[in-house]
Amino acid sequence: MSEARDEILGAIRRALKRGPLAGAAAAELSERLARHPRNLIPARATALDDESRIDLFVRMAEEADATVARVDNLAAVPAAVAQYLAGQNLAPEAAIGGLDDIPWGETPLLLLKRGPAAPEDAVGLAPAFAAIAESGTLMLVSGKDTPTSLNFLPDTHIVVLRREEVVASYEDGFDRLRAAAAETGEWPRTINFITGPSRTGDIEQKIELGAHGPRRLHIVLVAGRENG
Amino acid sequence: MQLQARDFPQNARAALGEERLQRALSRAPSGFALKRAIAVERLPEFESLRERGRAIKDETLAHLDFYLERYEENVVASGGKVHWAKTAEEARQAVLRICRSVGAKSVTKGKSMVGEEVGLNACLEANGITPIETDLGEYIIQLRGEPPSHIIAPAIHLVKEDVAESFRRAHDRLDAARSLEEVRQLCAEARAVLRPLFLAADVGITGANFLVAETGSSIIVTNEGNGDLTQLLPRVHIVMASLEKVVPTLEDAATLLRLLARSASGQEFSAYTTLSTGPRRAGDEDGPEEYHVILLDNGRSALLGGEFQDMLRCIRCAACLNHCPVYGAVGGHAYGSVYPGPMGAVLSPALFGLEGSAHLPNASTFCGRCESVCPVKIPLPKMMRHWREREFERRLGPRPYRVGLQLWAFLALRPALYHAVFGLLARLLGWAGAGRGRFRALPFLSGWTGARDMPAPEGKTFHRLWTERRRAR
Repeated sequence: MSEARDEILGAIRRALKRGPLAGAAAAELSERLARHPRNLIPARATALDDESRIDLFVRMAEEADATVARVDNLAAVPAAVAQYLAGQNLAPEAAIGGLDDIPWGETPLLLLKRGPAAPEDAVGLAPAFAAIAESGTLMLVSGKDTPTSLNFLPDTHIVVLRREEVVASYEDGFDRLRAAAAETGEWPRTINFITGPSRTGDIEQKIELGAHGPRRLHIVLVAGRENG
Repeated sequence: MQLQARDFPQNARAALGEERLQRALSRAPSGFALKRAIAVERLPEFESLRERGRAIKDETLAHLDFYLERYEENVVASGGKVHWAKTAEEARQAVLRICRSVGAKSVTKGKSMVGEEVGLNACLEANGITPIETDLGEYIIQLRGEPPSHIIAPAIHLVKEDVAESFRRAHDRLDAARSLEEVRQLCAEARAVLRPLFLAADVGITGANFLVAETGSSIIVTNEGNGDLTQLLPRVHIVMASLEKVVPTLEDAATLLRLLARSASGQEFSAYTTLSTGPRRAGDEDGPEEYHVILLDNGRSALLGGEFQDMLRCIRCAACLNHCPVYGAVGGHAYGSVYPGPMGAVLSPALFGLEGSAHLPNASTFCGRCESVCPVKIPLPKMMRHWREREFERRLGPRPYRVGLQLWAFLALRPALYHAVFGLLARLLGWAGAGRGRFRALPFLSGWTGARDMPAPEGKTFHRLWTERRRAR
């Protein structure tokens, strides 16, 4: 391809005192990529049962200034969202992605708009793909029904998370994603790991929330054993 | 405005006398360093992770050509494009070409040290394209026409009054009577001013903390969300990254991410860690239509296989800056380099030449804190020593310094003469300083005695004590 490319790769090989890797050496590295072995994963989250893992997630997310509301089932989500917005003195409106299996119609006071977030949207409502208990981190992926702008443009970000989506580590999250991508045949353009709301410490190292992204991150955790 | 590395001694002296700078620097001990210590304490596996992080980087560097080719293959497979750049100039030209191809007028930027390294903003401006820094710290220093003074907190040298003054000057259409006393008000104003600029930009340029060979993804780690808006809203996303940012797999990235946030700001995880792979997919309703990666060498391939290869493990967390007593005293601008502090003292001579940066490897007390907090265990003091050796070999230091070292080396290679000369010197100084017990000034040593007294030698020399003790056994 490009001249610069050949020169850079040539310079690397000269410095490493060898030619391009081939044969067994290349096969070994290809195998490493295909197998993607795990490195050390902290015990903090891996040794826990389901309940404790969810508790750890909630604790860590709250430590990062997210708020969490637990509901029993999907049918309770619309009321929980409406209640949160009322509590924040926000209009009951949101730009929404995914979450088709939630009976929104039964809470007529909530005005929902599908599609990417517009600059004037105050609230973005999106589904989690997974959640990482280790650090209280949400994992969201972009896709046809889940535009990334929902996660960053609105001032308030509400994420619906189901209990079975809470995993121990980032590695568990990646494995879920690999499985999903193998099914759909497509790797998402954007994967967001989100830990608490936007913040900055750039002026005098004083932490302020809501630098450029959402000022508030609210998680509705569907914690009942039966979602329905 | 911009200070030079060759003037480090003068820059440092001036920095020590700047009241606002010293006030800003005095906040550091209770900031990053303390938060890091707490985060490390909470994770029993931290030490093992450092070892693992080091191993991942070493393995990657040993097979860098292979992983870069794989990375490129996967970027292309996901619809993106990789532009290889040997030099800063090639990187700037590649960015310009892409910007021109879409007729870009304004460009938003996430914080990128590689962008700083290649001097991208000046190049864009010279070509009629407006670069807008969107990281709050970068935005502030862009308004002030200053370079960053820290690799993760670019405006750490400023106090809020400095920022308020800059905002009043730059945002002159806003109500002049508004209050800007609180940090909160400053943040809110920057957010409000920047939001429409995010929406209007034609191209978004970010750096990358990691590139993943397995998937062809670029990863950015931020807290503000500015990097995400930058790579999401414009039609074109350009990633600027240097070669050594590549890691083999997502698992390897996960290990390094556990080290990065804790080492940098003491967070368990930064607010936003985002993987971008190619442009928007067919069904996506947002995201960029084009995805480009500028892969910059700029002297890095020459470090492989040599005594500075370990520096390529650096993940730019800034822990070495945050724990360096010299950085803590003079701040980042005194170094006169894009990369200040201990990591800069090693990297700057490699990237920009030893001639202009020879002072930087000397700007260290060798206390070793930098190496002890480095998440990938880079032997920074050892490498600064290598640069000092080269400085001496290439006769770059001041003449008295070189003559002094030569004289000392001459004596050190002749132990009998060494003991005789220093024994005599010690007795002489002991006799001369017997009354006061210390010296306020000594010939040829004004640099040392200028700031402290030199204690007068007492009793016997170390060598004599050592010999006597061995005999006594």
